Amino acid sequence: MKQFDVEVKVWLKPSVFDPQGHAVHGALVSLGFQGAGEVRIGKFIQMTLAAEDRQAAERQVEDMCQKVLANPVMETYAFEIRERGQ
Amino acid sequence: MRWAVVVFPGSNCDRDAEQAIRLVTGDPVDLVWHDADDLSGYDAIVLPGGFSYGDYLRAGAIARFSPVVRAVAREAERGKPVIGICNGFQILTESGLLPGALLPNRHLQFRCEMTELRVETNDSPFTRLYTPGEVIRIPIAHGEGRYHAEPEVLEELRRERRVAFRYVENPNGSVDDIAGILNPKRNVLGLMPHPERAVIDWMGSEDGIRIFQSIHAHVEEGLSHA
Repeated sequence: MKQFDVEVKVWLKPSVFDPQGHAVHGALVSLGFQGAGEVRIGKFIQMTLAAEDRQAAERQVEDMCQKVLANPVMETYAFEIRERGQ
Repeated sequence: MRWAVVVFPGSNCDRDAEQAIRLVTGDPVDLVWHDADDLSGYDAIVLPGGFSYGDYLRAGAIARFSPVVRAVAREAERGKPVIGICNGFQILTESGLLPGALLPNRHLQFRCEMTELRVETNDSPFTRLYTPGEVIRIPIAHGEGRYHAEPEVLEELRRERRVAFRYVENPNGSVDDIAGILNPKRNVLGLMPHPERAVIDWMGSEDGIRIFQSIHAHVEEGLSHA
């Protein structure tokens, strides 16, 4: 078994209005950051994972995202996997 | 008939639901802990409001993996009436028993207030004692009640007349003013408003009574034909 560090990002799909991002955008603009464009706020999930190899780890994380970590009805996700000690 | 009110860690409207149902139907009601894996002895199932598992990750996201939710799905498949109120609605969408999802309110405020709802259909075990188009008063209390679904799902809900309740004045940004929806077989209802908080005059409304009495009438009719 190999050890992996996993980082998952989950955020609302582009078609879903994000009121937190909208409010933060307003705050940024009122602070003078006139260039601030659309803001989207999401979740960052960090975990360690033991798996046979990188492919198995990727399969498992994909499955976790589909089943638990994200709700595909409203959210989208992306992840990065790094082998420990590499 | 006998009712089950499911209790998750973090449920907080379970006793309200239990007492309301006893009061308006006279039926026996059991509070059932979330590790139960068999609900076959019950005729109607209630998923109450609250903050199951602290709403960690997403409202209803963790509760959906409780053994009892598999049992709820089994009984729903058999055609028994299942009603999810507030957090119960969130659990039903997370578990896929109802389509769509519930997002943080558009204005990000937690809203606890009386709302007016339009009853959109009385073709369901939950609404048979109402008149379609009737406006009723039922309170809401939620921070994550903004109903969201893809356009094709919304189209299906409209076509099949599966929107049970709409807000007269939208309090949370729900698409199409949706407050409650039915599954295709019409035996699973999810709604954000709390009918169990509108069953006695001093609560400010008694309009929630007929939801529970509708379920009672539906089940008793089925039992008498069995």
